[in-house]
Amino acid sequence: MQRIGVFVCWCGSNIAATVDVQQVADELAKEPGVVYSTNYQYMCSQSGQQMIQEAIKEHHLTGIVICSCSPRMHEATFRKTAAAAGLNSYMVEIANIREQCSWIHKNKEEATEKAIILGRAAIAKVHLNAPLTAGESPVVKRALVIGGGIAGIQTALDIADAGFEVDIVEKKPTIGGKMAQIDKTFPTLDCAACILTPKMVDVAQNEKIHIYSYSEVESVKGFVGNFTATIKKKARYVKEDVCTGCGLCTEKCPMKKVPNEFNQMLDNRTAIYIPFAQAVPKVATIDPNACMMLKNGKCGVCSKVCTAGAIDYTQKDEYIEQQYGAIVVATGFNTIKLDNFDEFAYSQSPDVVTSLEFERLMNAAGPTGGTLLRPSDHTHPHTLVFVQCVGSRDISGCGKPYCSKICCMYTAKHAMLCREKYPDTEVYVFYIDVRTPGKNFDEFYRRAVEEYGVHYIKGMVGKVAPKDGKLMVQASDLLANDQLLIEADMVVLATAIEPDESARSIATMLTASMDTNDFFTEAHPKLRPVESPTAGIFLSGVCQGPKDIPETVSQASAAAAKVIGLLVKDKLTCNPCVAESNELMCNGCSACEKVCPYGAITYSDKEFRTPYRTTIMRRVASVNPAVCQGCGACTVACPSGAMDLKGFSTRQIMAEVDAICK
Amino acid sequence: MVYSYFPGCTLKNKASDLDLYARKSAEVLGITMEEIEEWQCCGGVYPLGANETAPKLASVRALVAAKEKGQDLLTLCSACHHVLKRVNNDMAENENIRTKANNYMQLEVPYAGETKVVHYLEMLRDVVGFDQLKAKVVNPLKGTKIAAYYGCLLLRPSKVLGFDNPENPKIMEDFIKAIGAEPVIYPYRNECCGGYMAMENKELAKKKSSTVLQSAKENGAECVITACPLCMYNLKVNGGVDDLPVYYFTELLAQALGVK
Repeated sequence: MQRIGVFVCWCGSNIAATVDVQQVADELAKEPGVVYSTNYQYMCSQSGQQMIQEAIKEHHLTGIVICSCSPRMHEATFRKTAAAAGLNSYMVEIANIREQCSWIHKNKEEATEKAIILGRAAIAKVHLNAPLTAGESPVVKRALVIGGGIAGIQTALDIADAGFEVDIVEKKPTIGGKMAQIDKTFPTLDCAACILTPKMVDVAQNEKIHIYSYSEVESVKGFVGNFTATIKKKARYVKEDVCTGCGLCTEKCPMKKVPNEFNQMLDNRTAIYIPFAQAVPKVATIDPNACMMLKNGKCGVCSKVCTAGAIDYTQKDEYIEQQYGAIVVATGFNTIKLDNFDEFAYSQSPDVVTSLEFERLMNAAGPTGGTLLRPSDHTHPHTLVFVQCVGSRDISGCGKPYCSKICCMYTAKHAMLCREKYPDTEVYVFYIDVRTPGKNFDEFYRRAVEEYGVHYIKGMVGKVAPKDGKLMVQASDLLANDQLLIEADMVVLATAIEPDESARSIATMLTASMDTNDFFTEAHPKLRPVESPTAGIFLSGVCQGPKDIPETVSQASAAAAKVIGLLVKDKLTCNPCVAESNELMCNGCSACEKVCPYGAITYSDKEFRTPYRTTIMRRVASVNPAVCQGCGACTVACPSGAMDLKGFSTRQIMAEVDAICK
Repeated sequence: MVYSYFPGCTLKNKASDLDLYARKSAEVLGITMEEIEEWQCCGGVYPLGANETAPKLASVRALVAAKEKGQDLLTLCSACHHVLKRVNNDMAENENIRTKANNYMQLEVPYAGETKVVHYLEMLRDVVGFDQLKAKVVNPLKGTKIAAYYGCLLLRPSKVLGFDNPENPKIMEDFIKAIGAEPVIYPYRNECCGGYMAMENKELAKKKSSTVLQSAKENGAECVITACPLCMYNLKVNGGVDDLPVYYFTELLAQALGVK
């Protein structure tokens, strides 16, 4: 018979306000096997933990039940507490009476009753718990970073700096991401390229970093410390190690009318191209959808002009398999499609542009060489209207419910730059709220209004109507309670951002969780912001939520620190709650092997004695405990009930159910 | 296909053309419009108030009449369509309104929004099909540049009306193509004509209507079509562009089908 201690936490008023903790402790004290029961204000605090340890020693407890918050929050804490007092960590059970009880109920009487029932279930389970000992698994000292924008670059540099190998997988032909497209950065107005490109060069020159550009992660297997990833290197039809990046091929290519993604389709590129002058790696790539040679075998100009002999029209996709200890997701964002926002006439007039397009129009390396010209007729615009929150904070269902966070600042930047470079322009900004928290951010916005004379108007634009080469902007001024009609030359839409379209498939591949907007979920919103709940997966940059550059870089370094903390370990403690097969009951049907996502189950023929003093050979399953992650899929799939999960055995779960239904 | 048909008051006097040509065209297209017996006014704007149930009852009666015949309810007037569709949505979604309305109505089987309300244009698109309509056209309006004017009532609120994309609709343009003419896309085709403001603030109504007509004219329209008697009134009386005729879409339909 176990000697069980029960510890009911108040969690300040989080639990105690809705649950009568004294009554819970008193009722649970009456359960069979319970020799000690108490309650305390903060069980997770030092004095709370000390109280548990003293009780374990004094009452010779063999199992404890903590009635507190979710085990995701503090199970690890209380397991350590128990271990320090000499009790096996796996003799600790948590009854979640906060998230699953006090927080979601209002009636104290009912909540108290439910808390008692949850406590009873945990007690029933702890009766059947057995001490478990964790094994160890080795750590592969190499990290994978998915995405080569500023987030991926910073993470890779920091990990490499600590002496570990890092691979960056970038789906585009060059690293650099969105930051490479940006003209100037707020609030200092330093040029984005000037601070980004040296970092890109650092990455290229760092011996510890390998860049897989124009590549995608095809599949990921394994678990923390021991992932195996397959990387698909897409055929770029140019030998990467031979190409010198001279660019002669891009000058001679006759296919000159391919929309240029890097310039947001505002101009054209050739079929063989280098996205921009500072690309890393500076290697040409052939666009197979545009190249005449690849499409119908007629052309071959690039191959003729290439003095290095780098062109290879027969190149095939290449697959590389590599082991990693940790994976960082840095997949970034895109601006949303504007199909649902036809009121802004984006599809009708080329002079209605997104903010990212505007960055290219202002950029010295952009399609207009940095001179602000209207895309329609290449004339100088005199009146510009900026519309904020296009698709952000939108609960109508057309856009995104969240704030994209960066738009208020970059719009202030755009407005300010316009007025500075072209003092003859009139600049209007329509906003719902101006949100500029951040170091020197509000000062920056105030400067746009007070020093640069940008007209900030609280209200939304209802319609943009092209008329005689102008854009009639119909809007409301909420503070003046007035309807406005502005004759504008250009309209700039601060378009909402959303996670990159690859995010969902990557999350599925990594079994990492996402929210309803396809942003990756962090392990804890406050205390573990750069880790995914899936062990060994880390988050960097906008893939986790909208962020500006300084925040992205901070998070990238934080993710790197977490990765380094993992990679310095030689071995990781395994989860001892793994599946186990009862060979006497196993009929060798392979049902478990088919559902195992980790490939932890193998079959072997074993000799068994029969009641008739003979022996027979039978095929039975066995689980590799180093590979098993304890997901429990096999225990459900097994038709004969031979599979069981240590720490979560069928008997334990049934005992919990019985206790709840009693 | 047989429909219960709700003409509405305006179609019985001022907007009789809208009704007449719709009926003539329907015959050619093999559509039967059975006018609901003893129908009453849809209620105008009053049923759109959220707090009172009684003004919704006239619409509910029409909806119930169609349900009892097991038919979809066909509409023509934009305003009637808007009101019937929204009341129907209230009956389906709003338990408070449904209960109160049914308490008034004392029906054997309570009504809960079962009837499907279909606008004539939706019927042309979804039941007849614009391709089929095109095949039945005998006098194609070749080369005529027509501006479709949607106004507000058919499009918004888009979640309830479910008529077309409220910011970039195309059903009337597709209709124009089907009768052999050329649609003119202009930015103000889904803006308000001024509506009932014509009674209270004529200047505002003039401003709204003339913006629409001028925009259509600037974009090369030779005539404008509408499905709404109130829009028709405002465009004609307050629009201020005399050389741009405004027709009900059914009139051009009848003309194309050779029954005008």
